[in-house]
Amino acid sequence: MLTILIDGIAYGMLLFVMALGLAVTLGLMNFVNLAHGAFAMIGGYVTALAMNRLGVPFLLTLPFAFLIPALVGLVAERTLYVRMYRRSHLDHVLFSIALVFMSIAGADWLLGSSQMLITLPPWLQGRFEVLGVGIGRYRAFLIVVCAALVIVLQMVLAGTRFGARLRASVDDQRAARGLGINVNRIFALTFATGSGLAGLGGALGIEIMGLDPTFPLKILVYVLIVVTIGGTASLTGPFLAALIIGTADVAGKYYVPELGAFLIYLLMIVLLILRPQGLIAPAR
Amino acid sequence: MMTDTSLSPLLASPRPNERVSRDLLRRGRWKPAEFVFWLIVAASFFFLPDRHLLLSEIAILGLFALSLDLIIGYAGVVSLGHGAFFGLGAYVAGLTSIHLTGEPLTGLVLAALAAGLLGLATGPLLLLRASDLTRLMVTLGVAMLVLEGANQAAWLTGGADGLTGVMIDPLLGRFEFDLFGTTGYAYCLIVTFAFFLIARRVVTSPYGLSLRAIRDNPLRARSMGIPVGRRILGLYAFSALIAGAAGALLTQTTMFVSLDVLAFHRSADVLLILVLGGVGYLYGGLLGAIGFKLLQDWFSAITPQYWMFWMGLVLLVVVLIGRENLNALPRTLLARFRKEGRT
Amino acid sequence: MTAALQTIALEKRFGGLVATDKVSLTLAHGARHALIGPNGAGKTTFVNLLTGVLPTNGGQILLDGVDITRKSQIQRARMGLGRTFQINQLFGAMTPVESIGLAVSERMGGGGDFWRGIGTRADIMNEIAGLIDRFRLTEVMDQPTHLLPYGKQRLLEIALALASNPRVLLLDEPAAGVPEAERAELLQTLAELPRDVSILLIEHDMDLVFSFADRITVLVNGAHFAEGSPQQIMSDPSVQQVYLGSEEHA
Repeated sequence: MLTILIDGIAYGMLLFVMALGLAVTLGLMNFVNLAHGAFAMIGGYVTALAMNRLGVPFLLTLPFAFLIPALVGLVAERTLYVRMYRRSHLDHVLFSIALVFMSIAGADWLLGSSQMLITLPPWLQGRFEVLGVGIGRYRAFLIVVCAALVIVLQMVLAGTRFGARLRASVDDQRAARGLGINVNRIFALTFATGSGLAGLGGALGIEIMGLDPTFPLKILVYVLIVVTIGGTASLTGPFLAALIIGTADVAGKYYVPELGAFLIYLLMIVLLILRPQGLIAPAR
Repeated sequence: MMTDTSLSPLLASPRPNERVSRDLLRRGRWKPAEFVFWLIVAASFFFLPDRHLLLSEIAILGLFALSLDLIIGYAGVVSLGHGAFFGLGAYVAGLTSIHLTGEPLTGLVLAALAAGLLGLATGPLLLLRASDLTRLMVTLGVAMLVLEGANQAAWLTGGADGLTGVMIDPLLGRFEFDLFGTTGYAYCLIVTFAFFLIARRVVTSPYGLSLRAIRDNPLRARSMGIPVGRRILGLYAFSALIAGAAGALLTQTTMFVSLDVLAFHRSADVLLILVLGGVGYLYGGLLGAIGFKLLQDWFSAITPQYWMFWMGLVLLVVVLIGRENLNALPRTLLARFRKEGRT
Repeated sequence: MTAALQTIALEKRFGGLVATDKVSLTLAHGARHALIGPNGAGKTTFVNLLTGVLPTNGGQILLDGVDITRKSQIQRARMGLGRTFQINQLFGAMTPVESIGLAVSERMGGGGDFWRGIGTRADIMNEIAGLIDRFRLTEVMDQPTHLLPYGKQRLLEIALALASNPRVLLLDEPAAGVPEAERAELLQTLAELPRDVSILLIEHDMDLVFSFADRITVLVNGAHFAEGSPQQIMSDPSVQQVYLGSEEHA
């Protein structure tokens, strides 16, 4: 029971790290980026390939799983996304679906359609017991890493000049521009960071979610659900949503496997009916 | 042109209310290019007898995309889950033939009604929060629920193996569905055309006008006392009904249903089709279906496995160029065509 | 006899800020009543409360004696409360004929008609033609709204409100932004609005207010400040004080 709860929390944290970039792009640029999962996939492949082909240790691959998708994100934002901001949401959807299709087919072509497997270092394998509760080492590792990330991000957002500018831009873009904040640069940096985080999430998630070319679609549904029910008004909303979805998914698969993916969709719709403005409603 | 005199109201200087009425009626009148389009479609039946199977597929996709155009182009609701209605229609048609009757029209009607009811039941979810993302997720969520439902209910749907044993009786008791798809194509064409006529009538009615107004300025529409939610819901259900009919056509002409009809790519494909053809003038879905099938054939001939990549690239280019610019193209061509027709 | 529109101690707060401070106002049948006040007096908030855009924090709104305080925007519109908007709220892609036709169809029960073509009901056509004529939109009736001169757009704004056949019409700064050349046409049209419609005019433009209104209410800091005939208001020293005082800030 507690084991499942902890698994669920670990999974939820992972979802949060992946969804964060999407929440921010949506909140900041009002851009519906369905291709967000593609960046997660890039991160996953970076780690998998570095470990399997170059023999790089797991932990060492993680910075690259962040940096490479971030770089790709930066380039994509400056060359492609930037043209789309003023367009309709329908255009956003079409544009990013096109990217999803291309990334899926591209990954398939370059790397084949089979599942990528990695072997975790021994100290992350197996489980340990605390007060009679079995906890997977890797799950505990995930919780620690993701929690650290969340704390760092929260500190950056709350405590730095960049964070203040970002919050100002999210709040009221026009006013922020009026104050001389370079909103475009904030867009680019934020987009890159969000992509990087997605990539890191993808790398950390190989062990749990697997990795193959259809990954962008698979993960997309989850992160979209998180953002939709969490709202984009604060980080707390998506965070809670991620924990709820993560726990519900793990618990559902354990207790009522016959329901399959039914549960999270149902949960999403019920939550939307109960809290149409998002878990944490915007101030206005 | 035969209606030439009525096109110049200034010359005739009729009473004001007649002018108003004429001005409003003009919208619903058939344009020459429309006659040409449907004549070409009818001609395809006689002149391309060895392509009837492919053409049936195009007609079905066209009808499906037409239904999506109603909600995106006219109600302004972006949907990522329109495949739910298509798939439901496909399954209902299949199940009808197995358990009830092989008579095709019964299956078609039941499938359309079932999909329409699902639209009516899930439509209110769209009105919870008028944000595009929420609508996207709700439509996607409903589609995923239907897919999971069909997957789990293997005793009814055959699960991942698909529904086998679909047998369709001759159309009207007379025309056998043949291997070359001739009857099938005629059937698809007639059903598609019939639904097109109904849809065209609806969008040019006062109801259709109110939908345009809602999309244009919901605030004003509300202050005029237009029941915005009810209007959107009505069109959504109607659109779902047509999508269900399209699904039924697929089942009846291929005599097979599998989970594939509910897969995410159905919803994404139909969006792509509609965008290729252009949103908001009813012909977009039909033209897009032709373009889509041709592109798909071409790409899969070059790179059988990775045609999705090229499809994505086409979509990307279309969006980057700007849909308006691209959509303006056939219209300017049509306008030129019409001008030449007159001189 | 009940009033056309009446508010009783209407109240609205935004956080600690009182935007509408227990305003009681009575609009008589057939009235030409103006609501004026310096910038930030809460005129717009008041209109939003009347039309149901914002929920109230207290008080009552009566339309012909019927409590509409809790009714939705759509219900109020259907019960006969019409409004124009300070910033044009038009259907840019539609023509005046279509826009007015829509409003008339909605009122005459043809709005949900999805089968009959547009332009086939004679009664509706006569109504539309009458409105087009009354609002001097005949020459431009088949042009897309967003291409019309601003003055014509402003006329259409009022025509749309009147097309729903309201018993009470709220005109929110109808002359705002209209260029001098098109102003006379607009004022003339306003003066010719049917007398059986009770009108509340919210306006900055004092020329328009004094030529149009037979009764004036002054709103200051969200509260009812003074009320009377145009002459009484014009000669009220405290009103002048308020306006002079506000001009120093402006």
